[in-house]
Amino acid sequence: MDRRVVITGLGVVSPNGVGIPAFLSAIRGGVSGIRFDPAYKDLHFNCQVAGMPEFEWDRLKDYVSEITFHGLQGHALGYGIMAALDAWTDAGNDIGARETIWDTGCVFGSSVSECEVVKKIFNRVDAGEAKKLGSRVIEQMMNSSITAYISGRLGLGNRIIATSAACATGTQAILMGYEYIRQGVAQRMVVGSSEHVDPYIFGAFDSMRILSRKFNQTPQRASRPMSETAGGFVPGSGAGALVLEDLDFALGRGARIYAELLGGACNSGGQRNGGSMTAPASPGVIRCISDAVANAGIDPRAIDLISGHLTATAADAMEIQNWCLALGRNGRNFPPVNSLKSMIGHSLSAAGSIESVAAVLQIVHRFIHPNINLEDPNPEILRQIDPDCLPVKLVEKELRTVAKANFGFGDVNACLIFSKYN
Amino acid sequence: MERRAILQELKKVLYPYTENKELLENIDENTSLVKDLKINSANLVDIIIDAEAKYNIEIDFDSAEKIITVGDCINAIAEKIP
Repeated sequence: MDRRVVITGLGVVSPNGVGIPAFLSAIRGGVSGIRFDPAYKDLHFNCQVAGMPEFEWDRLKDYVSEITFHGLQGHALGYGIMAALDAWTDAGNDIGARETIWDTGCVFGSSVSECEVVKKIFNRVDAGEAKKLGSRVIEQMMNSSITAYISGRLGLGNRIIATSAACATGTQAILMGYEYIRQGVAQRMVVGSSEHVDPYIFGAFDSMRILSRKFNQTPQRASRPMSETAGGFVPGSGAGALVLEDLDFALGRGARIYAELLGGACNSGGQRNGGSMTAPASPGVIRCISDAVANAGIDPRAIDLISGHLTATAADAMEIQNWCLALGRNGRNFPPVNSLKSMIGHSLSAAGSIESVAAVLQIVHRFIHPNINLEDPNPEILRQIDPDCLPVKLVEKELRTVAKANFGFGDVNACLIFSKYN
Repeated sequence: MERRAILQELKKVLYPYTENKELLENIDENTSLVKDLKINSANLVDIIIDAEAKYNIEIDFDSAEKIITVGDCINAIAEKIP
């Protein structure tokens, strides 16, 4: 019999809420986590707003040993550890198992090493002081540092894999965890992703002229997915994590089940047919969504909500068109669509996991979070779908299935289908 | 500086790397850093770097390799400070 995969734990570090209760309240209320940062002004950035979690670094003392905490640096690492461990305890598990947990693994992604931390290494080495770097640098600079910290703290002994697929990282990591459980490789997987946009990465995106720059005086209005006045994305930071579990295993231990992950797909447009390093090819996106729907074994008409990638760039209208073609639905037949990025910006690698946490919360608590800053929908989008598909206020609604997709640089796509657990 | 004074100061250097703080109370020159204090051997380099910074001295790699006990640590430091 086919194994079913359910979600039993959630954790999040988001610009508009750290921890599930705060995050749930924020997304219900349409609370923006975008703020002006004078440092960006001093650096002459065009975009001077960002979504940064209100993260108390010292709280990590409750998550890692005192020895590990001493010398720990790197925000993305901190966010990832907190989100993953919160998800683990939320699923009813203890931290710090005495024995290795062989049936549980971890797939956790990130996109770039933290330049602020790397800079300290450059300075030391260039000054001829490599000797003073100490033992803690490599473990925090490895691409696999987050999975190493998470799995070490929890004692996980199954597949431990660090991933990277630009803005599709989080969604892809969740799909990989799902596949390992489906294949019978693991009973449980801790999955998610984390990102910290430091000034160096921020500056490089700013130079590409794809960031929001006209709302520096009104930061909460700066992230405007699907709006006519959308003028680029707002960088965000944070982490999201889920505990995925084989249904029978979850039932066996009496776990609380939030929702089911029915399936998904991940592909690339091959940077052909309009796809490039920075733009997704429509045929790849459409195929990815169609494959996800087929893999989940659902009728596209059963989708009650789309959690889009929708970053607030010129690509938004194309994305809506791709959803229309992939699902064979448009106009009034199109499902409601929302973009969490209107509240928290685009947290790159972390986007997929934070948005997936939001998708699961919307299923569990029966609502559709509002799109904020959408008082002026893009007419190109309204030519394809009905204005009622773009909720600007909280909608209380029972959701059967939610489609969640993200598309990343390198023309990579990932789509997940979440559903209510029946 | 007197060896006993160095030992007292050394406790502060060892503190962040010692899981069980009580073990630090009764250390003497024969206490092994790894075996008795259960310090992760990878952290020995961090202890040396911290001690170097604290006393503004340089402990060369060869001397550092000989450090097994608290007494060895004191030797390496006492050699370098005036």
